Amino acid sequence: MASATKKETLLSMYRSMVLVRRFEERAGQQYGLGKIAGFCHLYIGQEAVAVGTIEAIRPDDYVISAYRDHGQALARGADPGMVMAELFGRSTGYSKGKGGSMHLFDIEHHFYGGFAIVGAQIPLATGMAFASRYRNEDRVTVCFFGDAAANQGAFHESLNMASKWKLPVVYICENNRYGMGTDFSRVSAETDISKRACAYAMRGEQVDGMDVLKVYEAVKDCAEYARSGRGPVLLEARTYRYRGHSMADPATYREKSEVESERKNDPIPRLREYIIRTKAATEAELDAIDQEEKKVVDQSIKFADESPEPSEEELWTDTVVEPGEPDVHPRERVLGQQVKWPSYPSGSELNVTWQLEPSDKTEKKVG
Amino acid sequence: MPEIMYREALNQALAEEMERDANVFLMGEEVGKYQGAFKVSQGLLQRFGSARVVDAPISELGFAGLGTGAAMVGLRPVIEMMTFNFAFLAMDQIFNGAAKIRHMSGGQLRVPIVFRGPEGTGGRLSSQHSQVFDSIYSQFPGIKVVAPATPKDAKGLLKSAIRDDNPVIVFEAERLYAVKGEVPEGELLIPIGKAEVKRVGKDVSLITWSRMYYYVEQAAAELEKEGIHAEILDLRSLRPLDEEAILTTAKKTNRVVIVEEGWPHAGMGAQIADLLQHKAFDHLDAPVLRVTGLDVNMSYAANLETLIQPTLPRIVDAVKQVLYRQEK
Repeated sequence: MASATKKETLLSMYRSMVLVRRFEERAGQQYGLGKIAGFCHLYIGQEAVAVGTIEAIRPDDYVISAYRDHGQALARGADPGMVMAELFGRSTGYSKGKGGSMHLFDIEHHFYGGFAIVGAQIPLATGMAFASRYRNEDRVTVCFFGDAAANQGAFHESLNMASKWKLPVVYICENNRYGMGTDFSRVSAETDISKRACAYAMRGEQVDGMDVLKVYEAVKDCAEYARSGRGPVLLEARTYRYRGHSMADPATYREKSEVESERKNDPIPRLREYIIRTKAATEAELDAIDQEEKKVVDQSIKFADESPEPSEEELWTDTVVEPGEPDVHPRERVLGQQVKWPSYPSGSELNVTWQLEPSDKTEKKVG
Repeated sequence: MPEIMYREALNQALAEEMERDANVFLMGEEVGKYQGAFKVSQGLLQRFGSARVVDAPISELGFAGLGTGAAMVGLRPVIEMMTFNFAFLAMDQIFNGAAKIRHMSGGQLRVPIVFRGPEGTGGRLSSQHSQVFDSIYSQFPGIKVVAPATPKDAKGLLKSAIRDDNPVIVFEAERLYAVKGEVPEGELLIPIGKAEVKRVGKDVSLITWSRMYYYVEQAAAELEKEGIHAEILDLRSLRPLDEEAILTTAKKTNRVVIVEEGWPHAGMGAQIADLLQHKAFDHLDAPVLRVTGLDVNMSYAANLETLIQPTLPRIVDAVKQVLYRQEK
């Protein structure tokens, strides 16, 4: 384990990981009860990646992910009740129950979804980072995706553009070793995903994704690098999911012994032991956090269960933006809380000074 | 009013909107240094710089997604597809992404992006470079589709598309870029979703859009010689469709022929015919006929290429059939 992390950071990460773990366990249980349907991809085992990453970046950095997105949304600060309500398909969910488990969006916390086509969020992240460069902002975009997405064209096309234009993206590949039921090594010529960065002349490295402190420090470093204008980074977090690909998957393609052996690496006990060993907190303090987060999750289920389904009128909203129609602010809509919403300079305020290439005044008119 | 080419009208629209709003940028293959494969972006790189006129690698999926991501956080990208034939590679980002992000986010995000470029028969380009995509793109809720025929409509619709807060597809046509027409100087906004009667007549309604408008004008001139006064309705927008304008002309002339360049099977014209039988049934004096591209792949050979597209005799024949002036 890495060292010199502040107590409050350690406890914040511990709390966040416990929240995600308890939330996902209960989501799996609610799926079994028929309260949640469709595809539901649990994050159990991978918590250190989302939590370490999000602790390491700024609240106004952009974050975007795939369909295994509950953990990242929660770590980013999304309201657990509203996330659970979205999983239940209720009107109080972040997307009014229209998106479900795979499409969580919490724009207030700069969490931009929730995409269910493998790798499709990678070009989107690249464009968000393009916008940051374009507006001369110093924010970075963090893009989560799985190992299988690294075999998509979207991945390669994006890395090429991001590196060529020095876009501030940290691409975080959560390598949990399986693309659905297929072991990554069965379909991949090069299994060290971080090496693929060198094809695009960009920085690429691996980190132990089961160690939240290592993830935290690696992402801090990568984000600083990207923020300073040196270009994107590909960070491969070696991790493992303890459950199947989705709730529909019994995971018969891997040996039980493999899962058992990986459980010894469980990121939550690892952090807990570290905190106790370094005397950053006592067992009692951590137990209290466990209890608090259990209650938060209990509450989230109660909230979701008591919420209504979306009204039929909702069929006809949110497909096309009508002139003058505002954006929906979920926590304001559901909980009546005033929220700070991202705003951008108008077209007359914005002065674009960035040049992708040196200007060439010698060009002649063609045609 | 100055007469300019279709490509110049598009260029004016881009330049005016980029001047007006620094959030607007153009990205695509060859849009910058090469000045555009069809010269639509001529001069824009020199005027707006390389961050706003971006030469993209040949990665249609990648840059369609990049544009969509930039639009999610407040920019207003115009993504040029060198031709929409290449946009098959980008369809995941257009349909699974741009068209659905407002919905999936429950109204938290908007995606103000334009995907534009030519479609249709280019001229001896065989089957992979000559396709029409009107009906495919028009199927998807969450995006708008326009297909202007004239330079004036091209300018006014592209400007409206750039200012729209939704993804908009602007279908141009390779063979329209050099067509000339009168275009007012300065501000010109043509609303998306509004068709235009381009020729007033009383005997038959010819409903069309994009390049087929010129074929239909020719047919109308032929028919005029025989005393048949055709009305031409140029749809200009394919989604949303101007139902009112379609029903108005149908109720006026009671006979309709739809002329489209695309394939007949599940084509755009089938949607219009459905609308007419549903909402103007009692006003029709003849079955609605469609003149379409033939239900085959486009060939390279000059004679076959001509025959695959709607031809003047086929349009004239269809009109005579709905007027019951056909002998057969």
